[in-house]
Amino acid sequence: MYHARIYVTLKKSILDPRGKASFGALKNIGFSGISDVRIGKVVDLNIEAADEQEARGIARNACEKLLVNEVMEDYEIELKAAAKQA
Amino acid sequence: MSVKFGVLVFPGSNCDHDAYHALKHVMGNETRFIWHKEHDLGDVDVVVVPGGFSYGDYLRSGAIARFSPVMKAVVDFANKGGLVIGICNGFQILLESGLLPGAMLHNRQLRFTCKYVNLKTENSDTPFTSAIPEGTILRIPVAHGEGNYIADQETLDRLRGNGQIVFTYCSATGEVDDAFNPNGAALNIAGICNENRNVLGMMPHPERAVEKELGSADGQFIFKSIIEHMISV
Repeated sequence: MYHARIYVTLKKSILDPRGKASFGALKNIGFSGISDVRIGKVVDLNIEAADEQEARGIARNACEKLLVNEVMEDYEIELKAAAKQA
Repeated sequence: MSVKFGVLVFPGSNCDHDAYHALKHVMGNETRFIWHKEHDLGDVDVVVVPGGFSYGDYLRSGAIARFSPVMKAVVDFANKGGLVIGICNGFQILLESGLLPGAMLHNRQLRFTCKYVNLKTENSDTPFTSAIPEGTILRIPVAHGEGNYIADQETLDRLRGNGQIVFTYCSATGEVDDAFNPNGAALNIAGICNENRNVLGMMPHPERAVEKELGSADGQFIFKSIIEHMISV
């Protein structure tokens, strides 16, 4: 069993309206030291696979096919071996 | 001759009945609903992908609907030259399915925006716009939270060069400027078509603007264009 944590972020070149609004709110409540906010999402997958390479392949395929829209988003996969689920 | 329209229905579609009403009762054409689990479009001439919140907009607008069985049939239909019009969430589904290029971001002002906008027809030489009188500015409502169209520069250049930008947001007198852009869309884009001109995606809702009594009947021009095109081929 493998656990994949996928970080989906808007491409750097793309303005992030939610990040921008949160940035404004943080400034309003006194966080003057923060210079930028970008908001993404995290997707956790439990994957049954024979080895790490296979698990990574499955995760990457899931990103490319459904989880990520590569027109506007980037992603990073963090993969760990996990204990078998009962 | 009557043109046969098929209106797709996904879980979460909410403009399907408006589209049905506009096409069947106002425009007077044969219209039927097509459930998203169907694999076959039957004998329809035109497919309408309606607005709404298919699958609750989970993950991304349109991202899950594009894998509904019916979308495979729609892609085949479009690739054979069949006319497909996607409105609002329908446009988002067409983007996710790859029938049209680009993607939708949250509106730059972060609010769901529901209001009348003015549209300039940038290309009258499409099956969706040929009956729009030259110079007419269409008054049609938008209602969306994610209509901020983006694509890379190369795609935008290609869209512009090929005449694939069909509608832009403009002033009441037809001036295209960022001041009249309701969501931040690149180049004020409100609607685009594919290279073959048989697939159109647009954020504004022509099906909500077909009766003068309800504010505007300008949406009729788009449906009239489609119907005249289908009768002429």
